[in-house]
Amino acid sequence: MSSGQLLTLTEDLTIYNALELKSRLLEALASSDALELDLLQVADIDTAGVQLLLLLKKEAQRAGKRVAIVAHSQAVRSVIEFCNLAAELGDPLVIPATESV
Amino acid sequence: MDELKDELISVYVQESREQLDEMEDGLLRLEQDPDDADNINAIFRAAHTIKGGSGVIECGFIEQFTHRVENLLDALRNGEIAVSGPLATLLLECCDHMRSLMDVLVAQKSSPDDEVQVRGEELGNRLQIFIDSVRAATLPPVAASDAVEVESSGGGEVNTDSWHISVRFGQNVLRGGMEPLSFLRFLASLGEVVGIETVPDGIPAAAEMDPESCYLGFEIRLKTTASKIEIERVFDFVRDDCELRILPPHSKLDDYILLIQELPEDTMRLGEMLVRCGALTQSELERGLIAQQQATDATAEQEAAPSTPLGEILVGSKLVHKEVVDAAVARQTQVTDKKARDAQMVRVQADKLDQLIDLVGELVIAGASANLIALKSRHSELLEATSVLSRLVESIRDSALQLRMVQIGDTFTRFNRVVRDVSKELGKEIELSISGAETELDKSVVERIGDPLMHLVRNSLDHGIEPADVRLARGKPACGRVSLNAFHDSGSIVIQVSDDGGGLNREKIRAKAIERELIQPTDPLSDHEIINLIFEPGFSTADQVSKLSGRGVGMDVVRRNIQALRGTVDVASVEGQGSTFTIRLPLTLAIIDGFLVGIGRASYVIPLDSVVECIEHKNLAGERNFLNLRGEALPFIRLRDLFEIEGQAPARESIVVVQFGGQRAGIVVDQLMGEFQTVIKPLGRVFANLRGISGSTILGSGEVALVLDVAALVHIVTRAEEECWLMYRHVAPVSSAASIPPAILAGT
Repeated sequence: MSSGQLLTLTEDLTIYNALELKSRLLEALASSDALELDLLQVADIDTAGVQLLLLLKKEAQRAGKRVAIVAHSQAVRSVIEFCNLAAELGDPLVIPATESV
Repeated sequence: MDELKDELISVYVQESREQLDEMEDGLLRLEQDPDDADNINAIFRAAHTIKGGSGVIECGFIEQFTHRVENLLDALRNGEIAVSGPLATLLLECCDHMRSLMDVLVAQKSSPDDEVQVRGEELGNRLQIFIDSVRAATLPPVAASDAVEVESSGGGEVNTDSWHISVRFGQNVLRGGMEPLSFLRFLASLGEVVGIETVPDGIPAAAEMDPESCYLGFEIRLKTTASKIEIERVFDFVRDDCELRILPPHSKLDDYILLIQELPEDTMRLGEMLVRCGALTQSELERGLIAQQQATDATAEQEAAPSTPLGEILVGSKLVHKEVVDAAVARQTQVTDKKARDAQMVRVQADKLDQLIDLVGELVIAGASANLIALKSRHSELLEATSVLSRLVESIRDSALQLRMVQIGDTFTRFNRVVRDVSKELGKEIELSISGAETELDKSVVERIGDPLMHLVRNSLDHGIEPADVRLARGKPACGRVSLNAFHDSGSIVIQVSDDGGGLNREKIRAKAIERELIQPTDPLSDHEIINLIFEPGFSTADQVSKLSGRGVGMDVVRRNIQALRGTVDVASVEGQGSTFTIRLPLTLAIIDGFLVGIGRASYVIPLDSVVECIEHKNLAGERNFLNLRGEALPFIRLRDLFEIEGQAPARESIVVVQFGGQRAGIVVDQLMGEFQTVIKPLGRVFANLRGISGSTILGSGEVALVLDVAALVHIVTRAEEECWLMYRHVAPVSSAASIPPAILAGT
C-alpha cells in the first residue's frame, strides 16, 4: 500500500462510464491511504459523476483515508461551483495557469 | 383583512417617521461627535426598524432602499468606514428619500413615481460607491484557493425574497436518460440562483451504491419573477420521478420546519443546509425546531389547545426573516414604551379643541354678565357665589388655553438640519445655538411661524455670516453662530433670530431705498427706521443674487406672514457685529385678560399683560405729548383725539402706562373700569386697515367694546414723538437738541 497515489482520469465523468468508474475509483481508494485525483483532462461531468466523487469522499471518510482532487478541468470546476459542492468536497479549486479564464 | 393592513400601514408610517426624525437627529450629532458608538447604534437601529417593519407590511420598495442604507450603516457601525461630511450628507439625503417613500406608501401607490425612483437609484449608487470603497479597502487580496473557503463559510445572509425549491430526484432519473443538472441549469435561467445546496445524504454505502441510480437532492434559493407553475414546469419531465417542494418567497418559518421534517434527511443536517443556502438563520432554525418539539409535547399533554398566542400569529403571518423578527421585537418594545408615554397623553382632534375653546369663550362672556348682575343686585351671597364662579371660569379658561400650547423646541430643532445643509452648500462653518426651546405658544401659531422663521434663518446664514476668511480678518472666530431664542414678554412670545455676522449696512440700505424711491433723500429717518426698510417690498441689498435668498422677495413676505398672526417683526443691527431679528407674537389668539377703560360712552379693552400702571393725569394740556414719569420721559396719546370721539374730556383724566417691546407709552382715557376677561372676536374685513384696534369683545352688559392694539398704539406714539423731534432738530439743529430729554431716543 503506497501513500499519495495519483489517479489521473481522462474519460468523461458521466453516466456512460459510471459503472466502470465506480469500481476503478473504489479500487484506487482501497489501495492507498491518500488518493489524489487529477481531473484536469475530464471533458464532461454529469450528475452521476458528481455522485461518484461524493461517494468516494464519503467512503474515504469512513475508512479514515484522504481523497484530494488536485486538479480540475473547466467542466468539473463549473459543475462543482454550480452545485456549491466545493466545501463538501473540500478541495481547493486551483485554476491551472495554462487556462485563461 | 384590508382594514387590518391599512391600520398596520398607518401605524408603520407614523412610527417610521418618528424613527426617521431620530435618525436625522442622530446623523446631525454624528458629525459633531463621530466616535459616539451609542449614537451610531441608535441610527442603525432606526434604519433597521424601518426596514423590518417594511418587511412586515410587504412594502418592497422601502425595504429595498432601506436595506442599502442599512448596509452602509452597518459598515459604519463596525468601524469599517469613517464618518465624513459627504457620508453624513448622503445619509441625510437618504433620510429625505425614505420620507418621500413613506409618502408614496401613504398615497397607496404600488411603486414610487419615476422622479422618486430615479432619485432612489442615484442615492443607491452613491451608497454603493461608499460600500465598495469599504470592501476594496478592507478585503485583503486572496488567492483563489482561499476564496473558496470564504465562499463556503458564508451563507449567514438570509434572502427571504427568494423561492425555496427542494428537490429529491428519484433513483431512475438517470436511467431514464434525464440529467438533473440540466434541469437545475434551466431553472437558473428563470432567475438568479442565490444559493444552492447539494444534498448527498441519499448516497448509500459503496457496496449498495448503483452508479447509474440518482441519489442526489438539491435545496435551491431562486430569485425570480416566475410563478410557481413556471417553476414546476421546469421539472415536468421528471415530475413522476422526483419529490418537489416549492416554498414561495417570504414563507413562514413553520413551512420550513415542516419541510425539514418531511424530507428524509436528518433534521439538523438539513436545517444547517437551509441556513447555508440562506433560507433561514441559525437562531430561527433552533427556535423553530424547539417550538416544534414543544408543540408536539404540548399536544400530547393536552389535546385542546388554548387560544393562539400573539407570537404565533405573527409568525404565522409573514415572518421568516430573523431581522424582521428582531425588528418586530424592537418595535414591540418601542410600542410598549410609547404606550407608557401615551398613557399620559391623549390624542385629540384639533377641531374638538377649538370647539372647547369657543365654548369656554362663551362661558367667559356669560360669567361676566352674571357678575355684572350680581354687582348691581348688591346681594352679598349672590356676589360671593359669582366670584367663586368667575374664579373657576378663569381656571377653566387657562387650562383650556394650555391645551393648545406646544413648546417651540420642535420647530427650532428642525433648523439644525437647515443650518447644516446650507452652511455646507455655502462653504461656511456655522453653528446653531438654541435657547428657550421650552417656551410655549399656541399650536396654530407654531404651525404658521415655520416659514417666516425659515426665511430669516436662511437670510442670516446667507447674508449675515461672512465667509471664514473675512471673519478671521475681522478678528472673529472662523465658525459663525446663528442663534434662535424664544421667551415670553408681557403677553406675547418673542422669537429672536440673531447672527454674529457682518450686520446690516445702513448707508447701503438708505441708498437702495432712495434708488427704489421708497424714501426721499431728504427724509429724516432714524437708524432704526432705515434698517427696518429691508421689510419693504422689493428690497434686497445683496450684491449677488444667491440661490438661497437675495432675490428681493422675502423680507416683505416675512413681515406679511407675521402680521397675519397679529405679530410684528423688526431688526436691530450693529455693523460688523451682527443682526438680530425679533418676532413678537401674541401668546394666544382667543382669550385674554383685559383692562377695561372708558372714553365718553364707549368702552375699550387694553390687554392686561401690557398694562404697567395707571397714573392720574391733571391738566397736561400742551403741544408736546410727553410727561415726566419719575425722571423718565413718557410719550402719551389721547384716545379721544386719536379716535375722534366727540365731547369734552373730564377734568381728571387717567393715563394707562402700557409697555410693548421694551417701549412704554401712556394712553390717556376718561375712566378706569377695572379688570375684565375678554374673548377676542375678530373684526370684519371692513375694519382690516383700522389702526390701533385689534378686535372686539362683548361685555357682560351685552355692549360691544373694542380691543386696543397696544403694539400699534405704542408705535404711533413713539413715531409721532420722533417725527416731531426730528423736525424740530431739522429746523434748529444745535440749540434745541440739548433741551430734549435723551430718554425719548433711548427706546428707538
